[in-house]
Amino acid sequence: MKQNKKHTAKPIEAIVHGVFLVAGLITVGCVLLITVYLIISGLPAIKEIGLIPFLFGKVWASTAKTTEPSFGILPFILTSVYGTCGAIVLGVPVGFMASVYIAKLAPKKLKAVMQSAVSLLAGIPSVVYGLVGMLVLVPGIRKLFNVPDGASLLAAIVVLAIMILPSIIKVSVTALEAVPKEYEDASLALGATEVETHFKVSVPAARSGIAAAVVLGVGRAIGEAMAVMMVSGNAANMPGLFESVRFLTTAVASEMSYSGGLQRQALFSIALVLFVFIMLINAALNFFLKRDKEA
Amino acid sequence: MKKIMMIVLAAITAATMLAGCAADNGSAGGSVSTDGSTSMEKVIGALGESFMANNQGTTFTYNPTGSGSGIKAVLEGRCDIGLSSRSLKDDEKSEGLNETVLAYDGIAIIVNPENPVNDLDLETIAKLYTGEITNWKGVGGSDAEVVLIGREAGSGTRDGFESITGTADKCQYRQELTSTGDVITTVSQNPNAIGYASLASLKDSVKALTVGGVAPTEDTVKDGSYVVQRPFVLVTKDGEALSETAQKFYDYATSADAADIIAKAGAVAAN
Repeated sequence: MKQNKKHTAKPIEAIVHGVFLVAGLITVGCVLLITVYLIISGLPAIKEIGLIPFLFGKVWASTAKTTEPSFGILPFILTSVYGTCGAIVLGVPVGFMASVYIAKLAPKKLKAVMQSAVSLLAGIPSVVYGLVGMLVLVPGIRKLFNVPDGASLLAAIVVLAIMILPSIIKVSVTALEAVPKEYEDASLALGATEVETHFKVSVPAARSGIAAAVVLGVGRAIGEAMAVMMVSGNAANMPGLFESVRFLTTAVASEMSYSGGLQRQALFSIALVLFVFIMLINAALNFFLKRDKEA
Repeated sequence: MKKIMMIVLAAITAATMLAGCAADNGSAGGSVSTDGSTSMEKVIGALGESFMANNQGTTFTYNPTGSGSGIKAVLEGRCDIGLSSRSLKDDEKSEGLNETVLAYDGIAIIVNPENPVNDLDLETIAKLYTGEITNWKGVGGSDAEVVLIGREAGSGTRDGFESITGTADKCQYRQELTSTGDVITTVSQNPNAIGYASLASLKDSVKALTVGGVAPTEDTVKDGSYVVQRPFVLVTKDGEALSETAQKFYDYATSADAADIIAKAGAVAAN
């Protein structure tokens, strides 16, 4: 009651309150709008093609003229899953160890340098990652593994692994630094070495935060389009490490500009599938963060 | 964005149609409607934009339906000018249609400068792209696997290349890239790659092959000796006068003034 009186007493306060409310509603409204739009525009093609042939069909030939066009996105789904897993396998160990070093072991000056380097890495636009990948990584893979062409799932995995490093490191460092100093002091007092303390006390104490960091990395990897489009070759093949592949994101991005009819609708359906994936990842992220707070 | 603009333009056309013939006789406004080839989207879109900018109050519409539908639309009087990315067939001409070549869509076949192959004929190019020949040795090159670089589904250049070489839906692409620039960069990076790009955007970092001994240049495309090309044709009805505005657009599009715009859109102007 008292608070209410305060509000009415100061009209400016109420106006500011309203402004903030509107700002908040805009965000919520955008999310709702995108969700509704994606569902409305994504469902017709799924209905026409059929959910099973769409999700599990192995052939994507959206503009076929001599034969019946076919819209199977299993290659894209598997490529996105494999690509993301690969990026996690490569990126998480590096990111994890880097964050332990930054949070616990690094001297102050080096820590500042490394942290600003991580921030810089996060700020590089994805098209730059793609360009460097295209000019350095792709020819490099071709020569190193002696394959006819380097644009492949492997190239995309390497680029993604580097791109997810900043998200993993930043969140993990924050989690590790939030571990109460008393825990570590107790461990050291019991005679554990510094490294033992970090790995057996600090890391387990921060595990929810680190798990959240990994999930965040997954989200970043599965949603990336520009960089992987430039290094993965974009042929709609079933995934193989040295095969030219197309991700869910790049399937939408590469054909959207000239598409029409059922092809365009199917692209929206792919976006819807991707959206569902991202929702699941977000749910997982919320789960870990919530557990982190409760712990 | 383009699609949205087209819808808006279509809506405007519909509105003018409802308004009746008054608009046709009007001095200020007037409209031109075109219908047909999706491959001509860039060229005709650029021409339409500059035409509208130069003639305040006129509206220009383009309905991307495909060459066949465009030709039919002129015949049935549903549009002023039809757009076709192939020459008219004899039976189409006998139905009373006229063709005017607006521009040529020349497509260069490009390889890495390190590649010893300099010349291929159309048939061999088709064989390479359909996967019948998979090693450069088969066409007099070094012993290495051929890496086929192409454009994404729906691209006008891809459509042009595949229809000229007769390889529609049969190309075994290793990479499908979304821009001519990407194709050129990729081919310049890989000694065993072959790709195609519109003539206007060629760069020195790649080598353009001669096809059947003819190098791709503006002149060889114009005189028809370079075969990886197709005409962009304006289709009109024989013996029937265009509306004032449509005639104005027709004159503009075929004038020398338009050549620059056509070249920027990636084609070789015919005039």
